[in-house]
Amino acid sequence: MSDAVIHYIEEPHPVTGVTNSKLGVWLFIASEVMLFGALFSSYIVLRVGDATWPHGWTVLNIPLATLNTMILITSSVTMVMSWASLAMNRFDRFRLYMLVTILLGCAFMVVKGFEYAHKFEADHFPRTSNFYGVYFTMTGLHGLHVLGGILANLYFLTVGSKLWKTHPKMFMGRIEVAGLYWHFVDLVWIFLFPSIYLL
Amino acid sequence: MEHAAHSPEEIQKHVRTYIAVFVALAFLTVVTVGVSYLHLTAAIAVTVALIIASIKASLVAAYFMHLISEKKLILWILIITMATFVSMILIIFFTNKGVMHVVS
Repeated sequence: MSDAVIHYIEEPHPVTGVTNSKLGVWLFIASEVMLFGALFSSYIVLRVGDATWPHGWTVLNIPLATLNTMILITSSVTMVMSWASLAMNRFDRFRLYMLVTILLGCAFMVVKGFEYAHKFEADHFPRTSNFYGVYFTMTGLHGLHVLGGILANLYFLTVGSKLWKTHPKMFMGRIEVAGLYWHFVDLVWIFLFPSIYLL
Repeated sequence: MEHAAHSPEEIQKHVRTYIAVFVALAFLTVVTVGVSYLHLTAAIAVTVALIIASIKASLVAAYFMHLISEKKLILWILIITMATFVSMILIIFFTNKGVMHVVS
């Protein structure tokens, strides 16, 4: 066993006032803002430079994307409720809300899968046009983030949840930062949905 | 936000806030989609869509991500990030010939 210990993951750091875990995740989110920001910038440049760029609503499935928006918003609520359940010392409710969050994440991916399958059947691929290049890149990268969140949440629902018995405060901190990531993924979709589908 | 120090009553209050935010987000999603069916001019459609998306994003960040009661350090990290992000968008916007053509 290594003697290396990561400090201040249970108690806030006296200088920053937050745990190192939370600070680390917020810095990661800051880098993610710039990653998606670069893609949004590219989208703006490509779109305004092309007079033939189609309106999203003429070629994409708005009802399906609206359904996915509702799914993701609901999953954000269940995610924050899983943390609130731990704060109320209700581990059973935590498990229920976390399971629902994971299922909603999976539902989002299934709907996205139908959407992509329909596009591929219609012979629409990233190479088809700049519009589809942007559409697949941005929604695809976002989808990968949803998948990453599902896997992290699955870990916290199963083997990772053993920490609750030995270090409940540390486990709550982990669920909180996992929630920060999940809400960020929701936040990206809040801008992606109108930008790509509705304009 | 030091959650371990929160009383069950405080958490219950938070839960009510989360439900209210969820209702607001769902309502604003319906409004966004509804407005898109009006087929407004590009400038108005973009403005309306961005305003609604910004309100929704602010609700998520403030209440679900607890920024409303977060430590100053985190807020400063985000302020610097947003300033960098907006600068990047503006530099690209005002140095791109295509964009200037559309704006004019």
